Amino acid sequence: MSLKTNWRYLLQIFLSFFKIGPVTFGGGYAMIPMIEREVVQKRKWVKTKEVSEIFAIAESVPGAIAINSATFIGYRLAGVKGAIIAMTGVLLPTFLIVVALSILFLFIKDNPFVESAFVGIRAAIVALIAFAAYKIGLTAIYDKTTLVITILTAAILYFLHIHPVLIIVGGIGLGIAVVNVKKLLGYATRLDRNDK
Amino acid sequence: MVLLDLFWTFLLIGFVSFGGGYAMIPVIELEVSQHGWMTTQEFTDVIAVAGMSPGPIATNSAIFVGYQTAGLSGAIVSALGMVIPSLLIILIIATFFFKFNELHIVKSAFYGLRPIITGLIIYAALNFAITNNVIGEISWHTFSLLVIFLLSFFALMKLRMHPIFVIALAGVYGIVLY
Repeated sequence: MSLKTNWRYLLQIFLSFFKIGPVTFGGGYAMIPMIEREVVQKRKWVKTKEVSEIFAIAESVPGAIAINSATFIGYRLAGVKGAIIAMTGVLLPTFLIVVALSILFLFIKDNPFVESAFVGIRAAIVALIAFAAYKIGLTAIYDKTTLVITILTAAILYFLHIHPVLIIVGGIGLGIAVVNVKKLLGYATRLDRNDK
Repeated sequence: MVLLDLFWTFLLIGFVSFGGGYAMIPVIELEVSQHGWMTTQEFTDVIAVAGMSPGPIATNSAIFVGYQTAGLSGAIVSALGMVIPSLLIILIIATFFFKFNELHIVKSAFYGLRPIITGLIIYAALNFAITNNVIGEISWHTFSLLVIFLLSFFALMKLRMHPIFVIALAGVYGIVLY
């Protein structure tokens, strides 16, 4: 591949992901069908089977799923350069929009109408977070152990104020330990909800 | 130096942000209030604006916090801190073990991680409910906020309403009621 077409290819990757960002409100999961349409159906860069594998991994590693998927696809298409370009493409529009909204918010937040609107919005944000807990709970809680871990985590955070980062890191070790201890005791653990 | 502080804070959060943006809310909230960058109540408004913007909620919150704390350069270093861990981890996985998510040890780790993430989000909801008076002393104000909470939850779960509409409607109720 000549240097010139290489740059054109990178630009195409950048633009594909740049387009996806600004139209997907409501978090990363909203971007998944958009990414699929762009890279599978339109560009034919990746096959459907591969892209679902990419989404599965994007979900398992730390970070936002949309950004992770873009980075992963970028890497598959054009190596490290592709990964960086795709990540920048997906991040840049939302970055600019959020900065614009932050500036706007600083200007209007003392307006009495905005103040009263935000009193109501804060209650809705609690509902949004509670709903996120409900949705992830559907896949996370399916036996006694996972139920106990969930309740303990919320209680420990509320009463003991341990840093959440420690709790998350602890969660990795705890998961591995619990599965192995149960195995030693002769119990099988279903590793996710759909395991038979 | 505040830029370095922002970068390190979000870099650390970036490395542990398993399971989507909402799980990172309590982590960002704790860091933000411990550093004295903003109060929990102000941070609730960050979530509101982040939720109304396109894109991932955790990255959006990082950008907003960065901007409010140190202007445009703050927004840039916070965004970089949040995404650099993802980039590094994905490059490693893509290069060395593609089937990462099918490894038994990874599946076992997630057996523990998923309920912990759920607990984290429950705590975030509880913490926000208390600081914003959705749960609190018995008064008409608290009661009306609780009604907005319940209606919003119902709209999200049963009517499958888009979060943007729920936020907008709650804003309209707020203007009418308060």
